[in-house]
Amino acid sequence: MVLAELIAIKERELAARKPVVITCCLAAGCLSSAGQAVKEALDQAVKTASLDAEVEVRGVGCMRLCCEGPLVFIDPPGTLYQQVKPEDAASLVGTVRGGTTHVARGEPNHPFFARQMSIVLENSGFMDPERIEAYIARDGYLAVRNVLREMTPAEVVSEITRSGLRGRGGAGYPTGLKWSTVAKTSSAKKYVICNADEGDPGAFMDRSVLESDPHRVLEGMIIAAYAVGADQGYIYVRAEYPLAISRLQTAIRQAKQLGLLGSGVFESPFNFNLDIRIGAGAFVCGEETALMASVEGRRGQPRPRPPFPAESGLFGQPTLINNVETFACVPPILRRGAEWFAAIGTERSKGTKVFALAGKVKHTGLIEVPMGMTLREIVQDMGGGVPDGGQIKAVQTGGPSGGCIPAAHLDTPVDYESLGRLGSIMGSGGMIVMDQQDNMVDVARFFMEFCKDESCGKCVPCRAGTVQMHALLCRLLARQATARDLAKLEELCDLVRNTSLCGLGITAPNPVLSTLRFFRQEYLDLLAPEPWKPATPPAPLPGLG
Amino acid sequence: MSNVAVSPPASKSRAPLAHPSGDKRFKMLEVFIKRQQQRHDALIEVLHKAQELFGFLDTDLLLFVAHGLRLPPSRVYGVATFYHFFKLKPQGAHTCVVCMGTACYVKGAQQVVEALEQAAHIRAGETTPDGRFSLMTARCIGACGIAPAVVYDAAVAARQTPASAVERVKGWLDHGPR
Repeated sequence: MVLAELIAIKERELAARKPVVITCCLAAGCLSSAGQAVKEALDQAVKTASLDAEVEVRGVGCMRLCCEGPLVFIDPPGTLYQQVKPEDAASLVGTVRGGTTHVARGEPNHPFFARQMSIVLENSGFMDPERIEAYIARDGYLAVRNVLREMTPAEVVSEITRSGLRGRGGAGYPTGLKWSTVAKTSSAKKYVICNADEGDPGAFMDRSVLESDPHRVLEGMIIAAYAVGADQGYIYVRAEYPLAISRLQTAIRQAKQLGLLGSGVFESPFNFNLDIRIGAGAFVCGEETALMASVEGRRGQPRPRPPFPAESGLFGQPTLINNVETFACVPPILRRGAEWFAAIGTERSKGTKVFALAGKVKHTGLIEVPMGMTLREIVQDMGGGVPDGGQIKAVQTGGPSGGCIPAAHLDTPVDYESLGRLGSIMGSGGMIVMDQQDNMVDVARFFMEFCKDESCGKCVPCRAGTVQMHALLCRLLARQATARDLAKLEELCDLVRNTSLCGLGITAPNPVLSTLRFFRQEYLDLLAPEPWKPATPPAPLPGLG
Repeated sequence: MSNVAVSPPASKSRAPLAHPSGDKRFKMLEVFIKRQQQRHDALIEVLHKAQELFGFLDTDLLLFVAHGLRLPPSRVYGVATFYHFFKLKPQGAHTCVVCMGTACYVKGAQQVVEALEQAAHIRAGETTPDGRFSLMTARCIGACGIAPAVVYDAAVAARQTPASAVERVKGWLDHGPR
């Protein structure tokens, strides 16, 4: 593969575009509402109307508004149709010839779409994720070619550093710094790992990126491998995402065929092999040292750091681990320059962030917004607020490691620091809206149950602490807890946070701490009146008297 | 293809891991293990394949994998029990997985589970005694936009209610003649 061939593929692909393109969402949300049947019905309808020469039906990645799926977009005239059923196909195809249809139209100018800014998702919803040519037609793999031919690895690292990109997996560690640490090590063998073990309940950003634009993640990984000097990469994906796995397998096969992966990428001396490792359902494997243990085929248990993976990671070699979305940000940064990326967002949080908006909100789905947008703009303007006139009570970010931000703080800009100050985290990007009917103590119990089940059992504070905290929360909800129990809960939060081995345990108390901070009255309302004499003794805490 | 030759092939340099049961699936698994060149880091891959072939991992199968990859059985058992995805018991003929992710939870997944538990007379995570129906919960299936979601035999259904879920599984429950 050389540049001329890449351009030839792009031109061939653009020339083959038919006058009318009907795009049909085939990402997970729409597929579960019969999206595949809609696509097939549309194919059939185009054939029946003998419009083959004029109309292309294209299955594409996520079109964002999951709650109204299956979605179909006809361009021209640029109309979005919602909740399409297979039997609507004929009338939809008929509109190409000036016919009418009763299918509900979406509003492409609604803030939900209009306020988005697409960098990571720029191809999502426009191209067929199973064809590498479609990705190349949208300037895909151009960044790799330019990097391999015109830049030294050090220049690539410096470009990423200047862009201000920070890890999108949750903690927000500067990506450039991580890359330069791995690049500086002198080992002959290095690895690059893509963390696609999206375990947070209520988050589906990585899944959407992998299903909608797998080649972009591959391209980001190739660039990263070149920058740090690695020749082997792994993508660690959850087994729960079979569609993402199959699309990644397709993408890797296609990239190998075109000489974009394997030995001599773009006919340069640089070699890079990429394999998929399928997870087996363990939340803790999102933690980088646990993930590496799992890639090595062992129990996914974390180990103390240092040594950090950048020095001694997979198979004892220096390893670069980044999240799916981080890798997906890399190709546009190198294509359009670090300054362009750094101009977006806030002073310390650059670029855009993809969020999965869900819960008690009218428009659920995938959004990508510049960092620094306020929570109110996201959940009220874009999300449309709570359906049926309810009131927003809180917004949960960061999953089981994050916290609940009360309605009073909705004007907080969404960036790493601001969310951290409120006791929550950016996390991987799940955003769950809760209304007045949701009991915050129950929400805290829900997350604690999650952490209790997912604790790997290696360190005592997390293994035993989560069990005790869960039992205390259950006791509270059963109205059997005293003020002493509440004090014990707070003490345990502090202990588990400060003494656990890995991120799972350190952040496990966050949902409790943040709800205690903003919704303390709800905890107090659940306390049993003191002195409390139980008719039947309260359920004993496991392991304690 | 109906008759499977049980007799081991003529002696080659290394005898294949013939399983005394003659079950053809062991042969397929063995080929898969060989393709991994007995790399220990392929253990999870091999267990995925084994579960795909057999549906669940019983002790015999785990021993077979341990032998094939030259790993101690304790290591194989440790890995198989660590990950939620691996099942050590047979699953029901039909499965129903209720997503208990945050979005589904705040939209009432708990009530869906309770309704299903009552209808099937089993707890989540169990299989009915007749082996026809398994009820499970998932951490998050990533279909938060259409919460609450339930997976019936690999088909995801959107916006479920306790009533719609019970209606959907009624045919799988043993309430009448088989």
